[in-house]
Amino acid sequence: MRALTYHGKKDVRVDTHPDPGIVNPRDAIIKITATAICGSDLHLYDGVIPGLMSGDILGHEFMGEVVETGPGSTLRKGQRVVVPFTISCGSCFFCEKQQFSACDNSNPVEKRDISEPLYGQPMSGLFGYSHMTGGYPGGQAEYVRVPFSDVGPIVIENDDLEDEKVLFLSDILPTGWMAAENAEIEGGDTVAVWGAGPVGLFAAQSARIMNAARVIVIDHHPHRLELAAGLGCETLNFREVDVREALLEMTGGIGPDAVIDAVGMEAHGFAIDNMLDVAKQTVGMGADRASALKQALLACRKGGRVSIPGVYGGMTDKFPLGALMEKGLKIGTGQTHVQRYTKKLLGLIEEGKIDTTFLISHRLPLEQAPDGYFNFKNYQNEWTKVVLKPGT
Amino acid sequence: MGLLALARSSAGKHTPTATGNAPGRTARRERFGRYRVVGKTVTVSKPSRDELFAFWRDFTNLPAFMENLNAVRPAGQGRWEWEIVAPGETSVKVVTEIASERAGELIVWRSVEGSSIDTEGRVAFRDAPGGRGTQVELVVAYVPPAGGAGVAIAKLLQREPEQQARRDLRRFKALMETGEIPTSDNRIETEKA
Repeated sequence: MRALTYHGKKDVRVDTHPDPGIVNPRDAIIKITATAICGSDLHLYDGVIPGLMSGDILGHEFMGEVVETGPGSTLRKGQRVVVPFTISCGSCFFCEKQQFSACDNSNPVEKRDISEPLYGQPMSGLFGYSHMTGGYPGGQAEYVRVPFSDVGPIVIENDDLEDEKVLFLSDILPTGWMAAENAEIEGGDTVAVWGAGPVGLFAAQSARIMNAARVIVIDHHPHRLELAAGLGCETLNFREVDVREALLEMTGGIGPDAVIDAVGMEAHGFAIDNMLDVAKQTVGMGADRASALKQALLACRKGGRVSIPGVYGGMTDKFPLGALMEKGLKIGTGQTHVQRYTKKLLGLIEEGKIDTTFLISHRLPLEQAPDGYFNFKNYQNEWTKVVLKPGT
Repeated sequence: MGLLALARSSAGKHTPTATGNAPGRTARRERFGRYRVVGKTVTVSKPSRDELFAFWRDFTNLPAFMENLNAVRPAGQGRWEWEIVAPGETSVKVVTEIASERAGELIVWRSVEGSSIDTEGRVAFRDAPGGRGTQVELVVAYVPPAGGAGVAIAKLLQREPEQQARRDLRRFKALMETGEIPTSDNRIETEKA
């Protein structure tokens, strides 16, 4: 089969690999009909996530048709499914608490030796990501092997729902939703969202659905801010205004009730400490740039909530711990517990309350995936979301 | 032989020692006479403690989750022959007998007199607090062979036994909880090592 393959920093190619097969009883094989490039794929592309190896197949947002099932799978051949990017066994302590991204079993034991010293305990397996999260081959490919297929995939019964309307159930829609949920929004709240990328926009959209009175989205790409405005949000361009001052003024001197960092480890910014972090990342010292998060902590009102869907992988320097403690902020974060949200969000899509297709700017055949990575990375204003269609 | 070392490793006792309530093997500097001791604990949420015990007590099941084991066969008179993978093309055979046993709680095995490795292992099953399943604690003690005991065995024991114990126990947990051992391999390799 053909698959988008990592060869090194900023070097991805479509290569030929052996087709996947059933390995364990609960496996299913999915023929991919649509798959997307995620912002967190760009962290891999940029080489800032440890544990990726040349030859790895990327991609963790995908859907398709069931073509083969193991004896323990509950899926049937021919079913259309969207597959969560988190791999979860469904039966361990964490899965039973619906903390699916903390699954105790899906990350193969021999892969946990890197992340265990770094994080204390290893997290679940993820598709198409680092070997720290299992090294599972991803879905930017013609076929993918899905472990625990009786737990993760959600079957799309309604043939009228085209792929593009449901594809983002695999990651960014539940990720945006959980980000808003972690912001613990109450009626009358003002929510500020850093980053008008896919997760930030979906978090903003979710916050609106959860009855936030105001949602303010911060970015520097004019077109992405237009998309936020189209969702009924207010916008701030951080290249043009002092963000903390602006937020304070816009909220009558109080600050936002909740702040959402949908930027993560590769934040832009002009602060001295951020430039130092960039230099360290460049020479391979790998400190996470966290300038968006640092700014969000300072901007948040006293006693407010901080939600961090943005991806971080390692350590960061000069963290405003004092602001966090003294202001009594509450933090919610984590890789998304995708399986917890798919059914509810599919319902909202079917009712027409959520439309995610506004985000898609480009549709490419799988063979052109490397161009998709390059442009999504370098022309972020226009390239807001790339959907790949294997077999076209 | 070794029982003293293993007794020190058992949790659940609240006599004050140098390590407080922590297992003796977690001490930063501790020797158990001639024995090296490795051990790990996992919590297994299902099936029941008795079922976990029964699965382990049938030693022929162990190679399903113990990476270093080719096979375990009954050897008569309540003894078991363990065929352990060794570096190179070789394997090492160790015959063990049950040293002590409490149904649903504890299995202790040890190598019989004259074995190529002087080793003792114990697995304890305890109810986890709060109805969270069963805590399974595996402790293995062995004497690193002195010179002349065989290069293969020496190499074998250098293969990060701590890591082996951790991985084996987690594979056991995964197999019990999910019915399979997760892998990121995309297909079953036709040529099996």
